[in-house]
Amino acid sequence: MLAFNFFGATEGGLFDINATLPLMAIQVVALTYILNSLFFKPVGNVVEKREKFVSNNIIEAKNKLSEVKKLEADLLTQLQSARTEAQRIVSEAENESDKLYKEALELANNEANASKEKARLEIESQTSAARDQLSKQADDLSELIVNRLILEK
Amino acid sequence: MLTNFAALEVGQHLYWQIGNIRLHGQVFLTSWILLGALLVFISLGTKKMENDPKGLQNLLEFLWDYIRDLARTQIGEKVYRDWMPFIGTLFLFVFVSNWGGALIPWRLIKLPSGELGAPTADINTTIALALLVSLSYFYAGLSNKGWRYFEYYVHPTPIMLPFKILEDFTKPLSLSFRLFGNILADELVVGVLVFLVPLILPIPVMFLGLFTSAIQALIFATLAAYYIGEAVEEHH
Repeated sequence: MLAFNFFGATEGGLFDINATLPLMAIQVVALTYILNSLFFKPVGNVVEKREKFVSNNIIEAKNKLSEVKKLEADLLTQLQSARTEAQRIVSEAENESDKLYKEALELANNEANASKEKARLEIESQTSAARDQLSKQADDLSELIVNRLILEK
Repeated sequence: MLTNFAALEVGQHLYWQIGNIRLHGQVFLTSWILLGALLVFISLGTKKMENDPKGLQNLLEFLWDYIRDLARTQIGEKVYRDWMPFIGTLFLFVFVSNWGGALIPWRLIKLPSGELGAPTADINTTIALALLVSLSYFYAGLSNKGWRYFEYYVHPTPIMLPFKILEDFTKPLSLSFRLFGNILADELVVGVLVFLVPLILPIPVMFLGLFTSAIQALIFATLAAYYIGEAVEEHH
């Protein structure tokens, strides 16, 4: 039953090599061409087209992303400069109002000082006038007293 | 009936006589059936190709990608495209033959002589494949590098020359006998087990056979690609 008929067999055997070999080779070569046109080429085209599509999309998305990042950075610097500008304006306004306040205060102080001085001077002059008058009256009175005393004698 | 069903026939062939050449008919019969099925499968899968793969197209694209990766890693980025159909055909042919031989109950079909089985369990088929691989790597080397291809034989030193020449003979020999031996051994083991214990016991061995069959297809295609890659590789 187990007929192991090795090399040199005329009929049958495991190692019976005959025209099957070249015909099988031709069949495999033919199969290669058939599979190439039926399977490898069309599937390859579809897969590679899709791969190209995907990689193109990825590149595009990357470009867009970098653009977005650039715009974001631009906006950020703009925001920054706007903020410093606002700060500057605010501090300028503060300085301005401070200055105005100080000026007004000084003006008011000066005015107050001036009117105070004036009042003081007036008071002084009035005081001296009153004192003069008083001393004059005193003089008059003393003279009157003296005269009366002299006359009575 | 059971003994008939499980009888072993080794080394017997269905002879076809055409003129004065003789062919192993059972090899061609099974290969035509299996390749026909493969071609129908592929035609169905590639009939309506879409950018959004569905069903069979998905499977075929996976297969294509698998074969491309195999060819690209072994042959290299530069020329793998030229050889991908050949490597893929080898892989598909060996895979379909091995699995077809293991999965389809060919023994139910009675032949006047011999029996149907995996086409790769016939030495003629495996030698044909191995010789095609040999021709391919010679062609790949010569067409890519011209006469500089023969630098490979004295690379890195001329001492390698006899070994490299010997390799040209051992490569097809080992390729053909590895495939032939594995598939035939698998068929024989399953056949003997079915003959002795027709129930349950052969099933694990059949699964092992399926595993071996797939691995052998991968090994054959990988080695073929490796030999071609070796031939086109640039030495510096």
